[in-house]
Amino acid sequence: MNLSSLNWNSLLPELVIVATSLIVLITAVVGKVSRVDRIARGHALAVVTLIGLLIAAGLTIMQLSQPASDFMGMVQSDALSHYLNLVILLAAALAVLLAWDYLGRFTYSFSEFYSLLLLAVAGMMFLGKSTELITLFVSLEILSISLYILTGFNRHQLASAEASLKYFLLGAFASGFIVYGAALLYGDTGSTWFSDIAANASGGFLTLAGFALLLVGFAFKIAAVPFHMWTPDAYQGAPTPVTAFMSVGTKAAALVALFRVLQSAVSAPYETWAWALAILSLLTMTVGNVAALRQTSIKRLLAYSSIAQAGYMLIGLVAGTVLGLQAMLFYLFAYAFMNIGAFACASLLESDDWSELQDASMANARGLFSRQPLLATALAIFMFSLAGIPPLAGFFGKLYLFDAAIDAGWLWLALVAVINSVISAYYYMRVVVVMFMEAPDESTRVRLPIPDSAILAIVIAVLGALLLGILAGPSFASLGQAVVAWRF
Amino acid sequence: MVLDYLPLLILFIIAAGFAAIAIILPTVLGPRNPNKMKQEPIESGMIPFMQAWRRFPVQYYMVAMLFIIFDIEVIFFYPWAVVLGKLKLFGLIEMAIFLGILLIGYFYVWRKGAFEWQ
Amino acid sequence: MTIPLTWYLILSAALFAIGLFGVLARRNAIAILIGVELMLNAVNVNILAFWRYIRPDDPSGQVFAIIVLTVAAAEAAVGLALFISIYRTRRSINVDHLDALKG
Repeated sequence: MNLSSLNWNSLLPELVIVATSLIVLITAVVGKVSRVDRIARGHALAVVTLIGLLIAAGLTIMQLSQPASDFMGMVQSDALSHYLNLVILLAAALAVLLAWDYLGRFTYSFSEFYSLLLLAVAGMMFLGKSTELITLFVSLEILSISLYILTGFNRHQLASAEASLKYFLLGAFASGFIVYGAALLYGDTGSTWFSDIAANASGGFLTLAGFALLLVGFAFKIAAVPFHMWTPDAYQGAPTPVTAFMSVGTKAAALVALFRVLQSAVSAPYETWAWALAILSLLTMTVGNVAALRQTSIKRLLAYSSIAQAGYMLIGLVAGTVLGLQAMLFYLFAYAFMNIGAFACASLLESDDWSELQDASMANARGLFSRQPLLATALAIFMFSLAGIPPLAGFFGKLYLFDAAIDAGWLWLALVAVINSVISAYYYMRVVVVMFMEAPDESTRVRLPIPDSAILAIVIAVLGALLLGILAGPSFASLGQAVVAWRF
Repeated sequence: MVLDYLPLLILFIIAAGFAAIAIILPTVLGPRNPNKMKQEPIESGMIPFMQAWRRFPVQYYMVAMLFIIFDIEVIFFYPWAVVLGKLKLFGLIEMAIFLGILLIGYFYVWRKGAFEWQ
Repeated sequence: MTIPLTWYLILSAALFAIGLFGVLARRNAIAILIGVELMLNAVNVNILAFWRYIRPDDPSGQVFAIIVLTVAAAEAAVGLALFISIYRTRRSINVDHLDALKG
């Protein structure tokens, strides 16, 4: 074995991210900076982070047409992982734009924040590429541990610390399940490589228990009901840029990793897993939507909504076809734009009282349209897109997912999902009604002046939600070509 | 097969017996006249000045945490050392990368002042 | 007479279950963390038993165990840092007392 046999090229985007993370970290302890310059330095670090993310995205796009399996088959870089990388990098870049101004309000530890964010990005990218259990476990832990710290980054605020503690305890608990499942699969097949597991799995108790435990662990990570207890608290308490990032990135990476794991489960009948996933999906969207109905905080409402959205995305895995995977990838892109956009608007509605929960309550948005018409319109677009109203990206995403489900013979699941969309429209519309129909009063609160970076993030998200909707056909088709090129 | 472990069992019995004898014999044979000095936790050591059950300064915690992290990382040297002969230059470079990343972390912790007691 | 693999698996499953019980039953965050660590170490027993009985020729089982160990240590370090930071403001790390977020 030698260095060149590993084919480093295919991991270049990840390596760039890790290197950027280390560079950003080391700046924390190089040179002395006066109190006044700290904010400027934070902005410089944000720019460095953005450059790193852009380079990684560029490298990923250059590699789009080159599938490769490397590091003795531990990672697989193919269309699936390339598109996943783009979703994650997009989410991270938008989160950096949100953090640009937001972060300086409660901390000066900019280096640590961006460094951890980049590490989480690297963990997610590796997770989507891993085709070996140890690699999978390590990358999952890299992203999880970074996110535990990021969640509690506003450590003087009680809600943030509490969110971090809950996320940590349940996340570590879930890791236990994942690693136990991995151990059982290793015992069953004598190997940790997915390909060996697919070839040698006995299909007996060990295989079954191993996959079931892995499924439970992943269900925790993608916040699927009944393993979602941590999600509303963690999402509400975390600094909003972090919430926006992890609600998209973790789900995307974990869904792709789960797909790869299940592909290696072919020796066990796929129908069993499809049924388990279908029930998971059904519970996830129903519980998420019903719980979101009675929320008074926009941030918590969006947290429950993101649980429900994970339920929709699971449909793609249930179908288990090319079409299903394609629809899931499309939905991930749409979800990245509309969900981060919604959190970006929510972050501008937060009250400035740091001693309390410091939350974006529904009352803060009352009559927003007459105060800030553009902001209100943007938030309305994200809400319409999340609800699935044409011609926005969310509508086509759902259409493709439901279509894939019907195509694979899961008509009842598609019907349940449609009913769920109708339920969800109620609470999404409630936000719009509060903004447009009600008159502003003393509880209406917007952070002014609205920072340029947040405007940029919102504009990108609005454009994404609109363009993905208008160009849904062509973009879906191009995803399809890439996915079909993958080994099916 | 089980008989192979017989010497081990005998060793255990002898060790346990020796310990028991060393405890029982002095209590039977020796005279006893306790006084305050003799009742101290460490006789003929320093005189204790407070309860052992008290709060430790939080600095201990920081040292302990850093110790856990860096101590555990060393574990990766063992499998590496076993196969270094086969990996040759490749193994050396890999470990250099690993150590480099570790050193960046060490440098960060050092410059942050985590090693200073105050 | 050697110890059969099943015994190790039963031991590890029992340890895992004890850890699981600890996580679910205890209210103190540190006790919960101890439960999680117990679960991870139970898995390590499992992995090493599998390695010894099924693939003693291939060291990847040992590597797996070492990595689980390292991850458990990293998790403990991060977790304890979190607990300290919460204890400083709340004077308690009982998870029942943490109720700022709900709904």
